[in-house]
Amino acid sequence: MTIASERVATPAAERPFTPEWLGQVFSKGLLHVAVIGITLVWIVPTLGLLVSSFRPLDQFSSSGWWTALSPPFKFTLDNYTGVLDASNLGQSFFNSFMITIPATVIPVTIAAFAAYAFSWMKFWGRDMFFLALVGLLAVPLQATFVPILTTFVNLGLTPENVGFVGLWLVHTGYGLPFAIYLLANFFRALPTDLFESAEIDGAGTLTVFFRIVLPLSVPAIASLIIFQFLWIWNDYLVALVYVGGTPEVAPLTVTLANLVGSKGQDYQLLTAAAFFSMIVPLIVFFSLQRYFVRGILAGSVKG
Amino acid sequence: MDFSQLLADVPTLVAVIVGVPAVLAAYIVGGEYVVRLLPDKLRPSVRPWIWVGPALAFVGFFLVYPVFGTAYRSLFDLSGNSFVGLSNYVTQLSGFPSGGSWIAIRNNVFWLVFFTVLVLAFGLLFAVLTDRVSYESPIKSLIFMPMAISFVAIALIWKFMYSYQPPGEPQTGTVNALLGIFHQDPRLWVQDPNVANQALIVAAVWGFVGFAMVILSAALKGIPGDLLEAARVDGAGELTIFRRVIFPLMMPTIVVVGTTLVIFALKAFDVVYVMTNGNYDTDVLANRMYKLLTASQDFGDASAVAIILVAAVIPVLIFNLRQFRAVEARR
Repeated sequence: MTIASERVATPAAERPFTPEWLGQVFSKGLLHVAVIGITLVWIVPTLGLLVSSFRPLDQFSSSGWWTALSPPFKFTLDNYTGVLDASNLGQSFFNSFMITIPATVIPVTIAAFAAYAFSWMKFWGRDMFFLALVGLLAVPLQATFVPILTTFVNLGLTPENVGFVGLWLVHTGYGLPFAIYLLANFFRALPTDLFESAEIDGAGTLTVFFRIVLPLSVPAIASLIIFQFLWIWNDYLVALVYVGGTPEVAPLTVTLANLVGSKGQDYQLLTAAAFFSMIVPLIVFFSLQRYFVRGILAGSVKG
Repeated sequence: MDFSQLLADVPTLVAVIVGVPAVLAAYIVGGEYVVRLLPDKLRPSVRPWIWVGPALAFVGFFLVYPVFGTAYRSLFDLSGNSFVGLSNYVTQLSGFPSGGSWIAIRNNVFWLVFFTVLVLAFGLLFAVLTDRVSYESPIKSLIFMPMAISFVAIALIWKFMYSYQPPGEPQTGTVNALLGIFHQDPRLWVQDPNVANQALIVAAVWGFVGFAMVILSAALKGIPGDLLEAARVDGAGELTIFRRVIFPLMMPTIVVVGTTLVIFALKAFDVVYVMTNGNYDTDVLANRMYKLLTASQDFGDASAVAIILVAAVIPVLIFNLRQFRAVEARR
């Protein structure tokens, strides 16, 4: 018995220096080489940008960024100070927060209200409305610009008059279908007993929502907040269409893209500006990655 | 940089952070209070509309109404004063193969095919490979990282990758430096109409592979280990297992990721706008629509291009709805 089981536990390939063993070691090695190779290829573009942004101008234009990785190490912060002085990146950094925070808070809150109604209340046309939301996930935003721009101009909701408010409202409308979809899927999965026993205890709708549904949905809401935050922070098209390049209201992405036009010759400044624009998303990403991934999975696997 | 001005803006930011949630909470508490004033019988039929009302109003005003508004607007001339019927569409769809919107349509088809296929292929490959190593998670976060940054930054990163110096000079762009190792002359990747589209698509693929990899990798982990073990015991090679077991089981997820990628490919804008602005034969519908909207102020033609884009998305939209219905039916 023991001998037989030992034989099973030690297949041929695990005995050293047999052809099978060599084959396995070789293919394992190949696997590691492939995985590490792919990773290197994938980080080279970002690494090149990061290294370049710290290189002095004379080096920057006369040699490739990889030469900076060998001695003598010559790095400088000149590109960062230079681009912050010569552009309104600082103002844009603030603007990005001013746009992103309300444009995350408003749709997530309104979506939570709606998702609660969609999952636990009965009303006329509920399933039809939900189906429409799923359909709207695919609609190109381009098909909404002309009428909204016209209405905003007529109502005086221009950046000159109301600052970021127009952009907050637009992002709320655009973000809601995904937000409701994600939250409703989560709310519906909460156990029915919870609601029944709360009702028996005489808890009102508000109590159930704030005391039961929201606390239990923290993971889903966290995913959604991070997702929406990064989405708005990185948005370019919507900001470009509704607020344009006006320095007082332009977010980082718009200012960065404008720099490509105005400072296209000073590439060393652009690398610093690009990295500057990536700082916040990278911090959010690396500290809260778990939630971000969960949001992406919830948003698409169930499709 | 003027920090004092930024500091002056901080109270605004604080007011917004506190004020916006306060308004929203006041709405729902106030709404519920109003509902409680109603007779018992009416409450269940009024309450849902308090909760779902703001969302429906926003979606209706910012998504539903504008799509119809755009369709209607596309039947008028640039200033919107005179009805021109379908003539904007005729302008956009005449002159095949190079007039009107045709270059943009051709490039969107390019994007649709190459972007989708490449992202799926790399995403699947990376998901399968990283699944077999112990240091999977740091590797996956590095590959996934581009998803966190803006496509404007991605476009800049790749402009830098593709940068060009005349032959004989030291190359500062990574891609041309690599060509130099193989004794090839450097190329103007982004400005050469023969390769510019591919160059832009590569940049977008780099940005999106992490997305596909993460989802496909989750699906891969959902395949029961016993199943793969059984196949191995039966003597199936790893490639056979992938083709006959893993791939078919992952097909539904691949389709879902694929539809997301198709929608993205049809709406591609940022990378094109920042890297070429549609020059060198790289125009796409979204960029063309933006140019008509801003540079030409031609709202009629811009609306027509937007509606062409909507028409292109409709098959995907119908497919999504069917998928959704099928999933609902299984609940």
